[in-house]
Amino acid sequence: MRALVTFVYLFLYAPIALVVLFSFNAGRSASEFTGFSTMWYGKALGNTFLITALQNSLMIAFTSAVLAAVFGTMAALGMQRLSARGRAIFDGLFAAAIVIPGVVIGIATLVALVEVFSFLNPALASIWPGDKPPQLGLGYGSIIAAHGLFSLALVTMIVKARIASLGRDIVEASSDLYATPFTTFRQIVLPQILPSVLAGFLLAFTFSFDDFIVAFFVAGSKTTLPIYVFASIRRGVTPEINAIATMVLVASLLMILIARVLMRDKTTKAHAGE
Amino acid sequence: MTAAPANDIEFRSVTKRYGSVTAVSDINLAVPKGAFVALLGPSGCGKTTCLRMIGGFEQPSEGTVLIDGREMNGVPPYRRPVNMVFQHYALFPHFDVEQNVAYGLKQARPKLAAAEISARAREALEMVRLGGFEKRRIHEMSGGQQQRVALARAIVNKPSVLLLDEPLAALDKKLRTAMQIELQTLQRELGITFVLVTHDQEEALSMSDMVCVMNAGRIVQMARPREIYDRPADLFVADFVGKTNRIAATVEADGSTLRLSNGMALAANAKAGLKPGAATVALRPEAIDLVRQSGGGGSELAGTVTHRIFLGSTAEYQINVDGLGDFLVTADRRSVQESDLVEPGERVVLTFDPGKVHVFPA
Repeated sequence: MRALVTFVYLFLYAPIALVVLFSFNAGRSASEFTGFSTMWYGKALGNTFLITALQNSLMIAFTSAVLAAVFGTMAALGMQRLSARGRAIFDGLFAAAIVIPGVVIGIATLVALVEVFSFLNPALASIWPGDKPPQLGLGYGSIIAAHGLFSLALVTMIVKARIASLGRDIVEASSDLYATPFTTFRQIVLPQILPSVLAGFLLAFTFSFDDFIVAFFVAGSKTTLPIYVFASIRRGVTPEINAIATMVLVASLLMILIARVLMRDKTTKAHAGE
Repeated sequence: MTAAPANDIEFRSVTKRYGSVTAVSDINLAVPKGAFVALLGPSGCGKTTCLRMIGGFEQPSEGTVLIDGREMNGVPPYRRPVNMVFQHYALFPHFDVEQNVAYGLKQARPKLAAAEISARAREALEMVRLGGFEKRRIHEMSGGQQQRVALARAIVNKPSVLLLDEPLAALDKKLRTAMQIELQTLQRELGITFVLVTHDQEEALSMSDMVCVMNAGRIVQMARPREIYDRPADLFVADFVGKTNRIAATVEADGSTLRLSNGMALAANAKAGLKPGAATVALRPEAIDLVRQSGGGGSELAGTVTHRIFLGSTAEYQINVDGLGDFLVTADRRSVQESDLVEPGERVVLTFDPGKVHVFPA
């Protein structure tokens, strides 16, 4: 039994460890370690295509995570007011959105966007006053939308769990103490759910930053970091790719770690909001 | 200028329904200024719903709630001159003690000066004997202390009415007794109206100067504590407030003779105006005297002691009365002749003053 567990973990983590190891390889080979060097990191950071892809990924991840955090929190707050039945329906829908495979989300989003564009573009052209009506198409916007929608479900689930543990009575107490609904939200509810909103934001960011499948379908001509990595692998795995992978790995792990710490945070501790 | 209304709170034909369930049914209630009123009843009787309608957390389905003579229908909680002490305190966990207490004052418009807010918060904390705890976090406080923070947070706003929702339910017995006295003292010092919701009859009787007994969404009786106990309006009140022995009986055609189901006849109080027919006689356990030998008097019942619950200065006996079943008798240790405690299995005689029985139509 112990041996089995060891093997499982070995299979899971040995390839990742090798990627990290070979990112420090002095030679070009991805199978023979010839000495320690950080030259591939330098090379990766000097690659302008890579840096552009990285910037795209960061921008997309940040924007979609902000949108998901804001709208996901609003959805979680709004769901409190639903009847038990309505809440169960939305719970199911959000949970489904999270477990649906990336390929399905990718295809579905692509089909939906293309349909919408083919309807909107002629309509837009007909009412546009100038000569050159804008053409809606796949690109940053469509990746942000696809990631944002998926992440919204993620944020909603996380924030909703926090709200559920909050209890109605502190909201009522605030109202009883002459605070308007807006003041109650700002002074009482928001400080209590903020850690979970941030955790949701970080998970959404990580998801978008790492996502290849959905982005691949809806990116159009744009390149994100995972798409760039995928494209360059076709020219063979080099230690440069390993260096990129290692950097992405470290950044993602860091985000998820912070998110977990935030979600563990209990109301009784910290966050003196005023 | 019109005279100030005499009542702080008034319910006019208030009904509250949740879907098909009627929680509160056509209630009329007037709470005079400065009174300490307890809404007493079993869970689900509508007492908490009434309190929440005063607080503004629920709106009546029918009828009107008035606070200080003003109609309150549709007015949200944050515009009502009342404050509530919640059952589980509902303190804000991310604020310290002083921030919790100052919360209501900070909402005042025009804004109060920071120095005044701080001074009043400290003053309120002094009143509940929590001076020096200003900077404590809520989770560092014990249950009893949290309770007092909740109290300070409510009274600091000088509301015209203070609402208390089972405020002592989560405290242990000793702390509860201490808080009962503290609440009474506080109410007298502040001179504001207190409305207390409780299912604990002892709490209601000991603290309030008016008890409103509720059952199934209606007010069954509203009176001073002593009257509630001594002259319960019906069998429900007699049963719910204090302990009661129930005896099946018949009122005879003359309207003044009661025949118990064992055949014994009692001369009923003539002024009671009883209607002939089936009735239930209620008799308090402490209204019965326990003797070992029959004195040959009128109202005597013979029976066998089955259980004894020793309570220190008194003892409670369960006695199987011949032909009438189990009776509960509370006896002061000194009042039982010869020996202070009667043993289970002993034959005893129960005597009582027929004037102390309550007769209700069955």
